[in-house]
Parts: sequence; C-alpha cells; structure tokens
Amino acid sequence: MSSSSDEDESYKMYKDRPEWNDVKSVPQDDGPAPVVQIAYSEKFKDVFDYFRAVMAMNEKSERALELTGSAIELNPANYTVWHYRREVLKALKKDIAVEMKFLSQIIMEQQKNYQVWHHRRALVEWSQDFSEELDFTADIISRDQKNYHAWQHRQWVIQEFEQWDGELDFIDKLLEQDVRNNSAWNERYFVIEHTTGFTDEVVKREIEYAIKKINLATKNESAWSYLRGVLQDKGLTWSKSLCDQIHSWRGEGLRSPHLAAFLLDMFDEDLEKKKCDVNKTMDKVRSLCKELAEDTDTVRRKYWNFVLQRMTKEYEVK
Amino acid sequence: MDWLEKGDGDMKLNDDEGLATYSSIEQEGVEHNVMKKFKDFEELMDIQPEIFLTRDRHIDYLLKGLNMLSKSYECLDASRPWLCYWIVHSLNLLEEEIPEVMKSRICKFLGKCQHPKGGFGGGPGQIAHLAPTYAAVNCLCSLQTEEAYNTINRNTLLEFLWRMRQADGSFTMHDDGETDTRSIYCAVSAASLTGLLNEDLELFNNSVQWLVRCQTYEGGMGGCPGAEAHGGYTFCGYAALVILDHYKLVDTDRMLRWVTNKQMKMEGGFQGRTNKLVDACYSFWQGGLLPLIHNTLEQEGGVEGEVAEAQETWLYDQMALQHYVLHCCQCSFGGLIDKPGKSRDYYHTCYALSGLSSSQHCPNNHAIHVGPKTNVLVAVHPAYNLTYDSVQKAMHHFVNLPLPSQ
Repeated sequence: MSSSSDEDESYKMYKDRPEWNDVKSVPQDDGPAPVVQIAYSEKFKDVFDYFRAVMAMNEKSERALELTGSAIELNPANYTVWHYRREVLKALKKDIAVEMKFLSQIIMEQQKNYQVWHHRRALVEWSQDFSEELDFTADIISRDQKNYHAWQHRQWVIQEFEQWDGELDFIDKLLEQDVRNNSAWNERYFVIEHTTGFTDEVVKREIEYAIKKINLATKNESAWSYLRGVLQDKGLTWSKSLCDQIHSWRGEGLRSPHLAAFLLDMFDEDLEKKKCDVNKTMDKVRSLCKELAEDTDTVRRKYWNFVLQRMTKEYEVK
Repeated sequence: MDWLEKGDGDMKLNDDEGLATYSSIEQEGVEHNVMKKFKDFEELMDIQPEIFLTRDRHIDYLLKGLNMLSKSYECLDASRPWLCYWIVHSLNLLEEEIPEVMKSRICKFLGKCQHPKGGFGGGPGQIAHLAPTYAAVNCLCSLQTEEAYNTINRNTLLEFLWRMRQADGSFTMHDDGETDTRSIYCAVSAASLTGLLNEDLELFNNSVQWLVRCQTYEGGMGGCPGAEAHGGYTFCGYAALVILDHYKLVDTDRMLRWVTNKQMKMEGGFQGRTNKLVDACYSFWQGGLLPLIHNTLEQEGGVEGEVAEAQETWLYDQMALQHYVLHCCQCSFGGLIDKPGKSRDYYHTCYALSGLSSSQHCPNNHAIHVGPKTNVLVAVHPAYNLTYDSVQKAMHHFVNLPLPSQ
C-alpha cells in the first residue's frame, strides 16, 4: 500500500480535533442549485469548512497558520488561502526562513503554479534575503529547463538585487546541454540588455556566439531569433562578416528555412536603403520566397507569399 | 492526405542534424504520436473518408461538467467561474441551446462568487481575482439574458478594477497578488464588455506603455518586461491593446513573424514558445492572434490591393491546424485534449474549439473546413473569445446604462 493511505488512516479531521471544538465550521454557500459542483472528498470539505470559519472570525493564530497549510496541501492554487496565510504570518511575525523551507517543498511538487511563486516573491520582498534564490531557481530549472515561473522569478531577483554576475556562465552551461533551450536564449538577451547594453563590441561578440551555436544546429530557431534580436537596432546587414557568413552558408547548400528567411530580410534592408539593383535583388527575393513557400517551409506558405507580395508592392511597382 | 503529401515529406519531420538534445528528443516523441494518428486515419479512409467533429460526444461531456465534476477537479476549486465560461462558451460554439433554467442557475452561482467589494472570486467566499472576474463576465455575456447582465454589479466592479490598478498602469490579480500581462487583459476585457471603458479611460493610463514593454526581441510578448515570448501572454497583451485601440505601438511585423513560426510544420497545431511542444490550447492563443494582426495590417494598408494573400484568409495554414485538432485532439469519449496521450479537460476543450472556430471563419465571412460542413462552429470574436452575438448583445445592453459614480 502507498504511504498516502497510511497517512489517511492516522489523519484526523478538523471536526474531530479537540483544539478546534470551539469553532463552528462554515460550509460553502453554493446557493440552492449550484453548477460546476465538485465532488469534494470529506477531507477537502472539512479543511475548507474550517478555513472559511477562521477567515470569517479573522483569527490570526498558530492553529490558523497550520490550517492554511492543510488547505494549501489540498489545493495550492487557492490564492485566497495564500493571501490569508500571508496575513497570519505578518500578524504573528513568523520567521521567514521557516516559511521559506515549507514553501520550497511545495514548489518542488507544484512547479507550475502562480500562487507558490508569488508567495516566494512576497517572502523575499519582506525579508530582503535573496541568498537562496539563484540556487533554488537553478535547481528547478535543472529539473524543468523551460519553467516559465522559475525564470520569471530568477529575472526578478537578478534585477531587483543586481545579481548579474555569473548569469552568462549559467546560461552557457544550459545552452551546452540543450542549444534549443529558448528560455536560456531569452535570459541571455535580458542580461546583456541590462548590463553592457548592445554596444558595437558586444554585438560583434554576440554575433560570433550565435554563429557558433547555429553551426551546431542550423535549424534551431532560438539561435536565429537571437541573432535577429541583437541586430534589432543596427540592422541585419550591419556586420560585414555576418553577411559573408550568411552567403557562405547558402553557398554550402545549407537548407535551413531560418537561413533563407534571414537572407530575405537582408535583401529587404538593402532594397529599403536603395543599396542594390532592384530588379536583380527582387529576382533573388522571388526565388527565396518560392523556396520557402513551396519547399522548405510549406506550413508558412501564405506568410511567404504575403512577404513577397508586400515587397513587390513596396519596391517594384513604384 | 494533403498534409502528408505537400512538400518534401522529410522536411516535415524534425531534423536534429545529428545533435540530439532534450528539446529535439521530446519533439520527436510528439511527432511520432501525431504521425500515428494521421496514419491510422489514412488506413481507414475507405470506410470513413472524412474526419468528423464528434459534436454530440463533446456536448455530453460539457453538459455533464456543468452539473457535476469529479474529485479530480479539486485543483480547480479556485477557478469555478472559469469552468462555467469554458463550458458555456464551448456549448455556444457548438450551437447547443442551454435551457433557461440552467442559465438561471449559472447566473445565481456566479452571483455567489461575486465579492461584496467588487469583482468575482474563484468560488463562493473567495476574494476577488481578475482572472475569474474575466471568466464570470465572459460567461454571463455568453448567456445573453437580462438576468445574466444584471448579475454583474458594475459599481463595485469598477471599484475593484481601480483597487487592482498600480501606479505604473499594471494591475495586480487580487489584493496583494501578482502582476502580469494577463491581469491587464482581464481588466480591459471586463471593463469593455460592461461599458465601463469608454468614458473612464484613465483607468488604463500607462497600461498601454507597460504592455508594449512586454514585447521581446522575438516578437511575441512575455508575462512582464524581460520574460520570454509566450502565446498566452502575447494574446492577452495584444488583445488588450486592440481593445484599447493602441495596437499600432507594437512591432507588428516582428510579432507576425514570431506567431507564424509557432505553427508546427508536421503537427499543424501551434506551440506556445519557440522550441516547445504543440498544444491544442494554442490553437486559440496563437491562432486567434492572426485575425487580430490581420486587422492591424488592414488598417496599415498592408493587405489591400496586390497583397491578395492576406485578403481572403488568415496568414497561417488554417487547414493544417484543423487537421491537428480534429485528428489528434478529440477524446473518443467527448472533450478535447492538449496532444495525443493527454487526458481531456474543460480548458483544452474550450480553447481547442475556439481555435478551430477561428481557423474555420475567414475574413469576409466565408468558411473553410476540414471534413463535412457540419464541422463548422459558430464564429468567435478574436479579442474577447466570445461569439459575435454575445459581444454585440452585451455591448448593446451596457452602453445605455449610466456610468457608476465614483
């Protein structure tokens, strides 16, 4: 038998606990003919009946704190319980470190839940103690590399407490494990944007970085998207060596749709800046759009036809 | 089978280029399951040449949940207005008439979820939260009855919205709650449908600027500035900007490129983020973004004249999406699922159907559909995810009411 059934045998309902016999439980008021009724277990009903009673009395006590713990165990997504728990913690001036330990355990079991992560942030805001946050989020990320909440919390800690050092190394390791981890690429952009900014030197370095990663997996959208991102302000044709690299990849016969799409946007830029022969370049544009729409990226056929029509209208018709 | 034949068959499968990583291994697992679904159908095509939307089974599943849910729904005990909305909206899409008695029961139940200080909680006695507030308002608008409209206390709703508003234009989800892109959308949508928006624009001062900062270098939007581009947040952020009429502030081209790239080449469904797996709920969050972007392009003059490609259809492969939803996401007992191997739930049922509807109804009101014409659902309004009828009737009802005094 599982340990949970053993636990169930020794579990005592709140209604049977002598220390609670002064409290009258409050059943849920679903009205006379409720809809979306949930077939609650007896345990669930019992805990929440007492939670409602405690909230109605506005009781902020040790037993109320324990009760919120039971309620959270049954439904960690109940934001009202978390909200009340924070009020109790404040009223009792509880040790945040103890609460943090309790919370870490719950997050380990409930990694994709808004309430647990919001509670964590609230605790760090109170205590101003962020000493465990980077290790904790790194641990969660090692189990679930794209956990949105963990990344969001990590970004908040880094920004709030200016913990930028070492983050690029952390990202490097993740990208070495999985070069397709888009959350790590996003983090890289976030760190650079808030530290050095995209200066000429940094952009050159990041182009080299992206090229190396693209060479590992040329169809990896994350790396291509990042490359576009770092060139957002400068333009895709800003770096001569990158332009050469793009053409050389094409010359080698690389069939990544992201490469063709990048080259297409380089042509778009040349045309816009009137840096090329319109007819010759539009011929190349047509052939790239055809390749994408009919061969290498057919699911986006409509998009590529739209791009071609728009460019034709923009550059040729005038 | 056009989705297997068009293009080079090999190009459709994931190519890890000799470097298998966690992401590519997971992706190949999903493609294997999806391919099996497509092939199973192909083998039986002589007996059953068309794929059906199993309407009756979905309706049975929805009606059952409207009454009673199993113990496994305890985890959604703080999301009961959502369950009402997912079910009622799905029934509307399927043109299943809800009996008047049931409509009234839903109104009374949502009334119990309404907090005396405004807004709706996740269940009776819970504090107000913007997400169930959005869901409750959407559900009541979907019911289209006087009782439903009168259930909403607009005076306290407006007070609640003001209480959630932060100085920088963002909104917290509840008292002492979290702030993200969803909260602004929920507030904007609820205010707009109940006629609180037009003359009270100050409520959303700076909200637009906050949202615009959420657009990432990829083109989609994240939950807050700096966070990774994500389908759910992009829909919320962009739809809020559309409702507030400030959609031109985002980089539309970048967003269009990002969202079209989220459609999976083999599965036909959408992923929520770059290099993540397909999930039927993104049929709406991502697929539903394209009608909104289409409208922006039209405003900018980008889809008129020679640009015919965008005139008659949305800029993604609508048929491929329909194949995915119909072949891979229908549970044989009714209800829809995330991807093959997952179990059904009301969230995925609602968003898979909403996405399916959005992919069936093109601009200029013509419908394109995989399978028989009976697969066509009622059209959805892309900004609110309600039927057009529900939006129009709600707006008509609330527009004539006086604005609450402050």
